[in-house]
Amino acid sequence: MIRPVILRPMALRPATLGLVALAVLVLVLPLVISNSFYLDLVIRIAINAIIVLGLNLLIGFAGQISFGHAGFLGIGAYASAVLPTHFGWPPLLALIAGAAAAAALAAVMAWPIFRLKGHYLAMATLGLGIILNLIFRNEASYTGGPDGMAVPAMELFGLQLSRDRQWYWVIAALLLVSVWASLNIIDSPFGRALRALHGSDVAARVVGVDIARYKMAIFVMSATFASIMGSITAHYVGFVTPNIADFFHSVELVTMVVVGGMASVFGSLLGAVLLTILPQALATFEGWETVAFGAILILCMIFMPRGLLPTLAARLGSLRFAVARLRAGRSAGESDS
Amino acid sequence: MMARTSTAPATPVLSVRDLSINFGGVRAVQNVSFDIASGCIYSVIGPNGAGKTTLFNLITGVYVPTAGEILLDGQPVQGQPPHRLARRGVARTFQNLQVCLNMTALENVMVGAHLRLDRNVLKAAFRWPSLRRADQALHQEAAELMRFVGLEHALEARADAMSYGALKRLEIARALAMKPRLLFLDEPAAGLNPRETLEIDELIRKVAVSGVTVVLVEHDMKMVMSLSDRILVLDYGKKLAEGTAAEIRQDPAVIAAYLGAGAAGETP
Repeated sequence: MIRPVILRPMALRPATLGLVALAVLVLVLPLVISNSFYLDLVIRIAINAIIVLGLNLLIGFAGQISFGHAGFLGIGAYASAVLPTHFGWPPLLALIAGAAAAAALAAVMAWPIFRLKGHYLAMATLGLGIILNLIFRNEASYTGGPDGMAVPAMELFGLQLSRDRQWYWVIAALLLVSVWASLNIIDSPFGRALRALHGSDVAARVVGVDIARYKMAIFVMSATFASIMGSITAHYVGFVTPNIADFFHSVELVTMVVVGGMASVFGSLLGAVLLTILPQALATFEGWETVAFGAILILCMIFMPRGLLPTLAARLGSLRFAVARLRAGRSAGESDS
Repeated sequence: MMARTSTAPATPVLSVRDLSINFGGVRAVQNVSFDIASGCIYSVIGPNGAGKTTLFNLITGVYVPTAGEILLDGQPVQGQPPHRLARRGVARTFQNLQVCLNMTALENVMVGAHLRLDRNVLKAAFRWPSLRRADQALHQEAAELMRFVGLEHALEARADAMSYGALKRLEIARALAMKPRLLFLDEPAAGLNPRETLEIDELIRKVAVSGVTVVLVEHDMKMVMSLSDRILVLDYGKKLAEGTAAEIRQDPAVIAAYLGAGAAGETP
């Protein structure tokens, strides 16, 4: 019994549907939202979602943990604040310079680490994030210290981005491209190599994957991505403080990956949505919000260790399987898959 | 048995010279030397803990030898990492399964073709047409390989939903996707029932006929004796004997090691 060869992986079709649904949502949202508070919230969610997509490629797909990603955000944000303000650079050039600096720093740091086995990246990035935060806090003559500094407006091809609506379309487009690119990367030779080294590093090495190089590539990529998004955040908000590079911000980003679902592109989106909204929703707890936040995370980890979206998808899958089985009456003995 | 025509060995595809490795005080492999002729089925046998898997790990670059030489087509390759050796056509499977359970079965096979593909990330991110076409062709090829190893029913399966026996075959399919010249199979029939073992036996023959040199570690003696062109016997990390199945069967040292016939006096 020969079945026709399947031409695309089964993960592709739901992904395409998800992308289309997201595009529709992006188009419809500004029509529904009239309140500028909610538009601001949506933009912040989208920014977080893009950062988390890059981080999920590193953590969820390649299995490498970074606790210093807020540091890379900080590099981009301060590049976009300091270079135009103090040195008169055009904003776009400052953004690129920040991204290049983040990439170089990530590469220099990762080079020795990925020669070692184990979770040294988590420790090293933890240290890096803290150091960067200290620099932003203490170099007050350039960064304004703990009070932060104003960021000049972003110019794109001579046009100044100032209104929230303009920002919305720029960031929405970035989000769609990021989701599409992430899905493409995962389902490519590069992405399969990343997932393979996560699944079994010996197996990956034996088929020819230079695992140190691949870990390095994805770490540098996600750091660059974070820096670019840091620049964009700074321009959007118009102000930057050292809090952007805070250790707790790094933890928050990792949490978005884990809660949404490791190795799940749409899980990243869900994680970003939930964890951006949650602090606002919990504000009513006044002082207890951190406790509530922590409790929610713990419950998530206990009951949904694989993350929200993968767990829900699996539940749905097994439900559908059970229904199909009921319909078929007593099905044949082969109960796997 | 359908005896394959064993061709006269020209230049050995693999030569191992005085290979040794120590783990602390344990000398897991000591001064082992042998040659493997191109196109043959070569088996490595020996009691548990004799150093068979260690030998595989040394030759495929997972361990770095303490001393000795490994020559691939006459060129020394000892100490090279596995991903370099993969480029020279060395493939292997594992005794304790090394399947990527975070991927589908088909994707596991596709990873085997890693070195033959365009691994550019930017092209991947933007769905570069040539890259997509190559990937589609690879889907077909991986599916055919899965059929070849008898996994046609699992084409759409997730790796973590497959049985032990199926995963063993999946590893073989992944190794074949590398288009190797030398294939190391570490206990491919371990834990399989007699019918599955027969199927693996058949599969190894098919692989060898396709021109791949097969090196086999296996405990199923019936399978080893019927398949192998030559057999290497290891005991306590040392070479005990080497020869054809008939020679090995009659070797007194081998009989002593296997049956534990007391005071054979051959092994110090």
